[in-house]
Amino acid sequence: MLIIKGLKARVEDKQILNGIDLTINPGEVHAIMGPNGSGKSTLAHVLSGRPGYEITGGEVTLDGKDLLSLSPEDRARAGVFLAFQYPVEIPGVNNTYFLKAALNAIRKSKGEEELDAIDFLELVKAKLKPLKMDELMLQRAVNEGFSGGEKKKNEILQMAVLEPKLGILDETDSGLDIDALKVVADGVNALRGKNRSFLVVTHYQRLLDYIVPDQVHVLAGGKIIKTGGKELALELEEKGYGWLTGEKVKA
Amino acid sequence: MTPKTQEPSVEKVTSEEYKYGFVTDIEADSAPPGLNEDIIRFISHKKKEPQFLLEWRLKAYRQWLKMKTPEWAYVQYPPIDYQDIIYYSAPKAGPKSLDEVDPEILKTFEKLGVPMEERAMLAGVAVDAVFDSVSVGTTFKKKLGEMGVIFCSFSEAVHEHPELIEQYLGSVVPYNDNFYAALNSAVFTDGSFCYIPKGVRCPMELSTYFRINAAKTGQFERTLLIADEDAYVSYLEGCTAPMRDENQLHAAVVEMVALKGAEIKYSTVQNWYPGDKDGKGGIYNFVTKRGACRGDSSKISWTQVETGSAITWKYPSCILQGDNSVGEFYSVAVVNNMQQADTGTKMIHLGKNTKSTIVSKGISAGKGQNTYRGLVRIQPAAENAHNYTQCDSLLMGDKCGAHTVPYIEVKNNTAKVGHEASTSKIGEDQIFYCQQRGLSKEDAVNLIVNGFCKEVFRKLPMEFAVEAQKLLSVSLEGSVG
Repeated sequence: MLIIKGLKARVEDKQILNGIDLTINPGEVHAIMGPNGSGKSTLAHVLSGRPGYEITGGEVTLDGKDLLSLSPEDRARAGVFLAFQYPVEIPGVNNTYFLKAALNAIRKSKGEEELDAIDFLELVKAKLKPLKMDELMLQRAVNEGFSGGEKKKNEILQMAVLEPKLGILDETDSGLDIDALKVVADGVNALRGKNRSFLVVTHYQRLLDYIVPDQVHVLAGGKIIKTGGKELALELEEKGYGWLTGEKVKA
Repeated sequence: MTPKTQEPSVEKVTSEEYKYGFVTDIEADSAPPGLNEDIIRFISHKKKEPQFLLEWRLKAYRQWLKMKTPEWAYVQYPPIDYQDIIYYSAPKAGPKSLDEVDPEILKTFEKLGVPMEERAMLAGVAVDAVFDSVSVGTTFKKKLGEMGVIFCSFSEAVHEHPELIEQYLGSVVPYNDNFYAALNSAVFTDGSFCYIPKGVRCPMELSTYFRINAAKTGQFERTLLIADEDAYVSYLEGCTAPMRDENQLHAAVVEMVALKGAEIKYSTVQNWYPGDKDGKGGIYNFVTKRGACRGDSSKISWTQVETGSAITWKYPSCILQGDNSVGEFYSVAVVNNMQQADTGTKMIHLGKNTKSTIVSKGISAGKGQNTYRGLVRIQPAAENAHNYTQCDSLLMGDKCGAHTVPYIEVKNNTAKVGHEASTSKIGEDQIFYCQQRGLSKEDAVNLIVNGFCKEVFRKLPMEFAVEAQKLLSVSLEGSVG
């Protein structure tokens, strides 16, 4: 499904990713942990095609398709979804309208029929329920005036509607209180399935109590330095990152 | 998809050119270039105008001679040689069929989704080819006539209703109001006239678009709109299709009068040729638009979407004379490439409990310069006047400019005046966010821009709003690299 081989990337003159190798099979949830500045978010951005990064080596394929040569929208249409650490506000653009435009762009690219407003509204309302989200949120502008928790829930709603093959969560837990964290995690868990994989980028182990990963990778200095099962996260929580990186870095 | 295969009837009719002749008289003589009293007499004579109108034109001309080009606007252009302009010429025959129309314009029609039968008229193809619009126009006029609504060309009104012209012409924008208004008063050749009688709610949107005679009103257009007591009218000017014209200078005047309890809603979509990427050849659009809320509880609402012209100089204004009268101004102004716009409004509060709302959205792209310039004046007698102003600017790229110049003069301390302004840049992160959800870059920009303009689009009549959204996307095409 997702295969990353020797991925290297830099921002301006700064090398950030120094050869990442990672394979995620269908249905698996992988967590990427690591100290600040280790390249976690960069990995999420590079996979989704955010401008500003230069790929200096390696390759990434999703179901055999070369991701790195695709535009961000074509990656999204191929099934890559990034839940943003800082979801962006788009004033004046209705949340439902935005989501419908996005879904139809993706459907169109697959040669599927576009949904009309009525069918779409039915679909989105059904997706809202398990997220414990207020329907009023659909009538507001995209992320405008949303609280931190509402923004993250909105990301999960979008993911639920767009049904990606690969969901990348970029520090989705940052800025969430425990109740919101649970709702978000429940939303993600509900989306888990044998054909959908997740890459969960997080600084803290806390999120992984709720979204239990199949594998945990520790990223430091732009490389994966350790891989283990879910218990690795607990070990990191206890010991910090220092014992792995040889530096005095505390989680 | 060529016009031929799509619409054989247009082809057929155009091949029978001139079969029906021209609608009105078409003596093929023009005035020589230049402006003097004789030229004005010539125009007035040609149009068989009553004496009072000729005298009014001459007064305006003599005043104009003493006036100077206004230089306070934030726009730059070489001096205009007014002696080099032809002030009266017989209408020229346009292209004979769509095949002769600039393919660029046809492409834009395609993008805007302009119906086939309307494309010919918009592109200036000889009028008799556009049979559909003519018949629509005729039925339309008959229905209005039964309600007592007068809606005709200005020239026609001069002959059919001289008393209304004499009473109202220049009563809102006097002949000596400003340089371009004075010039217009001296030399205007045609335009639109509309009168809604007492208590009549005009059941349809009135549009210059339907009035085929207005197809070539020329560069000095004059519009006069009167809503009698308790009347209502919604008036649409212009259209979203690109308009080309060999005349570079356009100096129009629009005057509106709302009597007691009357309401006028005036919507404009302006898409004159903006010039090429280097700013060559665009239209100078120097317009004076003003409405007087003369009676108590009257209302005038301006909504404009300005995307065309090399230079736009325009301040649709309201004089709130009647007590409890309401003035509104909703504007979207877009500049791209080398375009310059200096636009805004004036709200003059004279009566008690008068209210005004100003919402201005400026979008600058390319090397465009966009200025909001507005005046809110509360006169001493205007007890309890309210104004709310909101000016937002959106920048695309780093070579464009946005400027806000609000003037507020309050001479009555019971007034409540609020002003909010914001400037933002269209964010790379906003665009990426949309792309990450599967939208193309162009769609992302359109979405963001339309969201920015939403408050204004909401004020446009439904169909116009849809067209305006498409127009914006065409105007900003390629502006984000």
